[in-house]
Amino acid sequence: MSIPAASFEGVWFGYPGGVPALTDITLQVPEGDFLAVIGPNGGGKTTLLKLLLGLVRPSRGRVEVFGRPPGESGHSIGYVPQITTFRTDFPVSALDVVMMGTLGRGRHLWPHGAADRAAAHAKLERMGIADLAALPVGKLSGGQRQRVFVARALASEPRLLLLDEPAASVDPGTQESFFDLLREINSACTIVLVTHDVGSISGVVRTIACLNGRLVSHGDELPAEAFGEAYSCGIDLLSHGAPHRVLGRHAEDGDGHA
Amino acid sequence: MGMLEALAQYGFLQNALAAILLGSIACGIVGTLVVVNRLSSLAGGVAHACFGGLGLAFLVGAPPTAGALLFGLASSLGIGAASSRWRESADSAIAAIWAGGMAMGLVFIQLAPGYAPDLMSYLFGSILAVPRGDLVLFAAVDALVLVFVVVTYRSLVAVSFDPEFARTRGLKTDMVFLAFLCLVGITIVLLMRAVGLLLVIALLTIPPSTARLFVRRLPAMMLLSCALTAAEGVAGLAAAWSLDIPAGASIILVAGVVYLLSAGLRALATARARIR
Repeated sequence: MSIPAASFEGVWFGYPGGVPALTDITLQVPEGDFLAVIGPNGGGKTTLLKLLLGLVRPSRGRVEVFGRPPGESGHSIGYVPQITTFRTDFPVSALDVVMMGTLGRGRHLWPHGAADRAAAHAKLERMGIADLAALPVGKLSGGQRQRVFVARALASEPRLLLLDEPAASVDPGTQESFFDLLREINSACTIVLVTHDVGSISGVVRTIACLNGRLVSHGDELPAEAFGEAYSCGIDLLSHGAPHRVLGRHAEDGDGHA
Repeated sequence: MGMLEALAQYGFLQNALAAILLGSIACGIVGTLVVVNRLSSLAGGVAHACFGGLGLAFLVGAPPTAGALLFGLASSLGIGAASSRWRESADSAIAAIWAGGMAMGLVFIQLAPGYAPDLMSYLFGSILAVPRGDLVLFAAVDALVLVFVVVTYRSLVAVSFDPEFARTRGLKTDMVFLAFLCLVGITIVLLMRAVGLLLVIALLTIPPSTARLFVRRLPAMMLLSCALTAAEGVAGLAAAWSLDIPAGASIILVAGVVYLLSAGLRALATARARIR
């Protein structure tokens, strides 16, 4: 079997003095997968990403990215953080932000050069927002900013792309084309996204994992019971209409581009 | 006597002018980074802690600048270690070092033998008393700041904008932070000569805040901050000369007026754009 893009083996994690945020997580993400980790807020989704990024270490168990410890494999990961804490008054252009993605691989020094600029421009073009390159990031809409941040992650030339609540700031009108872009990126790159918004991921992802402190389910279909268990409440309270049907449609789409 | 005539005649005025122009380079660049990282209170804490170093220098008979530099660096690193992560709140550490440094300075000066030295010149600056030899120091700090910022630019801008992302790219963000704080400490001690410990935080933050109103990118903000600091410094010096008021205070007041006018113009322009 080939080396998985990401693997968790019996991973526990707790912030100091708190209850464990993650309990006995065992999960493998094969290369080329498009995994959505869903679950309620506080279910440990962001912590899962931070473990993969090497920003935090598991209290027990083992995390590997492409068969190596997260800190060592960081250069092959592209990270799109939640942008709710983003500072709009920082004087940088969209292109400047994307160029920050070129950090790493021993390139921590000197100002950015022409090659960095060209690479960053290409990423903006890929996200369909090359015309925004010179604008201050603080002046962009939530959806445009989100694309800038994906472009920054792509500038790291990742083999694994991690997205934290990517739909949170994308306006509903452009959500579909945003997820189409992700699907396109997925043709050459493994993607793991975490979200509490189950409706937004319909149709694009290949695999779904349900996380509420522990892994409730993982696979290409999501049993309705697991759903209820993860959110510790009845499904009808989720108000996404008929979640089973939505997720069922995902399975068909998943086959379509598998 | 007009400023220009006096400038031709008095060496000390020439030195003051050169110190202002040289100091504005380090001040504009470091000040820009202080402002975008929201480290003004940290810079204020470091500046006030330097007073303790001055006191110690008087007590043991060492050069005052050396004492200030010692305390400037120690307090920078202390606050940096206390905050442990880039930009994480270090409020109480800053307050403790701020007041603690001042208190130590007072105690040391009281214990020092003989007359109490002229504290006013350190608290409020003595730009007209900068000896020619000190200009070499100004140039050296400029060179240090320029080399540091150019060499570490890629890391510096990434870590200022989004430290967590920078960490995921394998950057030792704490090291960059501590190195930058040392640069802040050194710059503060340098600027102390011009405007004094109590006013240095204003010189470090007002021109970049003005610059930010007009530019969109970090390098432009640095350049404009340097230009503003230089222009405001010269204007402040001229005003001090003709009105016979303290130069350090005069420079800060000019910078403050320019900021208020700029912010007002900016707000007016935004309001007009909205109406259209």
